[in-house]
Amino acid sequence: MTSVKIVVAGGFGVGKTTFVGSVSEITPLTTEAVMTAASTELDDLSHTPDKTTTTVAMDFGRVTLDAGLILYLFGTPGQHRFWFMWDDLIQGAIGAVVLVDTRRLADSFPAVDYFETAGLPFIVAINGFDGEFPHAMQDVQEALSVSPNVPIVECDARGRASTKATLIALVEHAMTMQMSMR
Amino acid sequence: MAGPGADEWPLTGAQRGSPNGMRAPGGDHPGSSLVRPYAVTGGRTKPRYQLQIEAMVAASHYEARDLSVLSPECQAILGFCRDWRSVAEVSAVLRMPLGVARVLIADMAVEGLVRVHQLDHTQGRPDINLLERVLSGLRKL
Repeated sequence: MTSVKIVVAGGFGVGKTTFVGSVSEITPLTTEAVMTAASTELDDLSHTPDKTTTTVAMDFGRVTLDAGLILYLFGTPGQHRFWFMWDDLIQGAIGAVVLVDTRRLADSFPAVDYFETAGLPFIVAINGFDGEFPHAMQDVQEALSVSPNVPIVECDARGRASTKATLIALVEHAMTMQMSMR
Repeated sequence: MAGPGADEWPLTGAQRGSPNGMRAPGGDHPGSSLVRPYAVTGGRTKPRYQLQIEAMVAASHYEARDLSVLSPECQAILGFCRDWRSVAEVSAVLRMPLGVARVLIADMAVEGLVRVHQLDHTQGRPDINLLERVLSGLRKL
């Protein structure tokens, strides 16, 4: 049994869970990670009973691709303070879809910066609410200042076919990146 | 779908069978102390080996073992993982923080109670053959 994962990132309310849910065979589940300010350095809590915690929730879905292969889609909060989770999530990931609302482009800057730095293959998916895409793709590319090699696609996070096409675009991009590195 | 112990987590002292059902000190403010969620791991937050969030877990064939000696949390994990499930699903469905699920599952794997399948991420990203398989699976959806 093999499992792979794709990260779905973007600002609050951009439609990450909708995107995951439109293709998942299960109603998206929520897993919670407990964090502290010193989350990464803490190995043993028995001496630190007073540490206060924050819980970060992350929604995910599951897609069975063949009898021995399952794809997990993890929607992650886009803010900097959750990067401790991203380090964990991107390990061995196929890549990421950065979901963008063109009315709030700045919300996706942290995710784009992070994936570029980490060298994770990613694509930008403009979630067109009510089928409207007020900004041309080139404008989005310039605003986000992503490399021309990064695919930018339009999608409707509510639609299974659209989400599927977006995921296909990401996997194809990941393959192109791998082959260009050979 | 949820196994025993999924209704409330962590289990209270009474459910865990401690002498007079007393809760651990500091248990009055759920979520405010790290001690409570990690009580079932003996305070450990680092699993015995690296476990990916998408790693697949399945109960081993354990007919010969006396499962009543296991903690309620471990019994719940065994019940839930009769089919292959990810670490993330164990955490979500059995309502335990991800870090706790990781520690418990790694312990259970070391003890042979569960089998774990995960890609070797020291190799980096999934290779081209696996990506081909993902692509073909997605196209057939």
